Amino acid sequence: MASSTLASATASWLPARRLGAGGRLIRHPSARIGGVLLLVVVFGAVFAPMLARYDPVAIAPERRLQGASLAHPFGTDLYGRDTLTRVLYGGRISLAVGALSVGLALGVGGTLGALSGFWGGWFDATMMRLSDILLAFPAILLAIGLLAFLGGGFWNVVLAIAIIYTAPMARVARAAVLSVRHEEYVDAASAIGAGDARILRSHILPNAIAPLVVECTLRLALAILAEAALSFLGLGTQPPAPTWGQMIAEGRAVMTFSTWPAIGPGLAITTTVLGFNLLGDGIRDALDPHLHGT
Amino acid sequence: MLAVPTILGVVTAVFLLIRLVPGDVVTYMIGLEGSLPQGRVEDLKRLFGVDRPLHVQYADYVGNVGRGNLGKSLRTGRPVGPELARRFPVTIQLALMGLLAAIAIGVPIGILAALRRGRLADYLATTFVLIGLSVPSFWLAILLILFFALRLGWLPPTGFISLGESLSENLRHMLLPALSLGLILAAASTRIVRSSLLEVLERQYIRTARAKGLRESAVVLRHALRNALIPVVTVIGLQFGTLLGGTVIIEQIFSLPGIGRYALEGINLRDYPVVQGAVLAIALAFVLVNLFVDLCYGFIDPRIRYG
Repeated sequence: MASSTLASATASWLPARRLGAGGRLIRHPSARIGGVLLLVVVFGAVFAPMLARYDPVAIAPERRLQGASLAHPFGTDLYGRDTLTRVLYGGRISLAVGALSVGLALGVGGTLGALSGFWGGWFDATMMRLSDILLAFPAILLAIGLLAFLGGGFWNVVLAIAIIYTAPMARVARAAVLSVRHEEYVDAASAIGAGDARILRSHILPNAIAPLVVECTLRLALAILAEAALSFLGLGTQPPAPTWGQMIAEGRAVMTFSTWPAIGPGLAITTTVLGFNLLGDGIRDALDPHLHGT
Repeated sequence: MLAVPTILGVVTAVFLLIRLVPGDVVTYMIGLEGSLPQGRVEDLKRLFGVDRPLHVQYADYVGNVGRGNLGKSLRTGRPVGPELARRFPVTIQLALMGLLAAIAIGVPIGILAALRRGRLADYLATTFVLIGLSVPSFWLAILLILFFALRLGWLPPTGFISLGESLSENLRHMLLPALSLGLILAAASTRIVRSSLLEVLERQYIRTARAKGLRESAVVLRHALRNALIPVVTVIGLQFGTLLGGTVIIEQIFSLPGIGRYALEGINLRDYPVVQGAVLAIALAFVLVNLFVDLCYGFIDPRIRYG
C-alpha cells in the first residue's frame, strides 16, 4: 500500500521505467479507463439507495414500458419499475456474487494449487487429476448443472461459480509456485532450516502473487458474465430482487413492445466486464513489463 | 487413451450431481408434486436406485452409460439417449457455425490490425476485441434479434428449420444464433492473430523473404501467416468447448431444439435423468473435441510429435 502511494505521488515526473508496479499501473491507459468504469459501477451499486429516485421492486402499472425520458433515463419495465434504479440495485448482487465467488475460488483453488506446486508428489497428482475432471466441463454448463440440482438463490450461485473457477485458479497458483519453487533464495531459506509454512508465506507467495492477481481480475469479469447468464436462465437469485441477467430476460419477453428494459442492464454488464478486463490487462502489464502488448 | 480417465471422471461427476439434491431426489420431487400414490413412490425410488448403497448405484450408472442407456424422461417416459442423438446435430451445427463465424470475422480483422499496427484500423480492431470480450452473448443475441429480425425483418427472430427440409431456410434461422455465439471467440481470435502475426513479422526469415524481393502479399500470406496460425489454432481449439457451453443459452433464446435447450427444459420440469443425460452429452463432446484438437497439432505443425 505504502509503495503504491509513493509511486502515485511520483508518477507525474518519473520516467515510466523507473516506477514500481503501482506507478506503472496508474500510468497504464487501459488500467485507468478500466478503473474509472469500475469506480462508476461500484459507486452506483454501493450508493444505490441514495442515487435512485424510485423503489426497485414496487410495482407502478401507470408507468409501464415507458421509453427513455428525463424521469426514467433507461425507461421502465413491464411493471412500471424504473430500469435505472433496478440496474443500480442489480449491481449490488452482480458485484457481490462476482467478488465472493472469485474470493472463494482463490481461497480454495489458490491454496490447493500452491500446495500442489510446493509439495508435488501424490498430492499434486491427485489435485491435477481432479482439476482435469472439473475442466472437462464447459464452465457455464457445469454451473448450470450444479444449480439444477442445488437449486437457485444467491449463495448457491456464489458456490457454483466458485466451483467452476477453483480448478483454473489452482492451475495458475500451481504454475506460479513452480516457477519460483527452485529459485536459490528458496533453497537458501530451506537450508537455514525454515519450515514449509514460513517458506511458502515469506519467500514463495510474495514472488508468485502477480499471476494470481491478474487471474483474479480477469476471473471477476468472467464471474460477472456467468452470474448474468445464470440469472438470465432463471437459475440465479430469485425475483423480485433485481439482477442484471434476470432484467435482460424480462426485457426479452417484452422486446416487441419496448426495447428499453433490455438495454440498461446489458450496458451495465458490458461496462463492468469491460472495466475488469481493462484493469486486468493493465495489472498484467504493470506487474510484468516484458509482457507488454501480448 | 489419455481421454479415458477423464471420461470416467466426467461420468462420475455427473453421477454425483444428482446426489447434490437436498435430501434424496425422490423425496424432493414428491415434495414438489404434492402427494403421489405409494406404488409410484416405490417406482421412482427404484428408477433412481436411491434405496441401494452408493457404490452399487455407481456401478449400475457406469454400466448403463457404457451401454448407451441414459434412463428415461420422468415426464414423457421416452428414453433420453435417442432424444439426445436426435438433438445432437442441431447443437453441433450451431457450434460449428459459431466457430466459422468467429474465424471469418476474427482472422481477417486480426491480420489487418497487425499489418496496420498503431494506426486507425489497429485501434478499431482493439476496440472490437475489448467490447467483444465484454458483451454477454445472450444480450448480443437479443440486440441482433431486435435489429435484424424485428426492425429490419431480414431474418427470422427465432425458430428452427431442419437441414433436410430446406438448406437456405435452415441457414437463415441459424445465422443470428451463430453470430451471437461466435462473437466472443471472434474477439479472442482477433487478439491472438494480431499478436501472433506481429511476433512472426519480426523474425529473420521474414526479413530474408522481403530482402529477396518478394511481394508483400506473398511475404504475409505464404511466410508469416502460416507460422502465425499455429497458436491461433490452439486458442480456437481450446475455446471451442466454451462455445459448446454457450450453445445452452443461445439455443434457449432462439428456440433451437438442441441438447442445451433439452437440458433447460429438464431443469424447469425437474426431469433429472434428462438433465443428467444432456450435461453428460455436452461434457463428453467437449472432451472429444479437446482430444481432437490435441491430435491436430501434429498435422498442423510437424515439429510436434507425441512420444
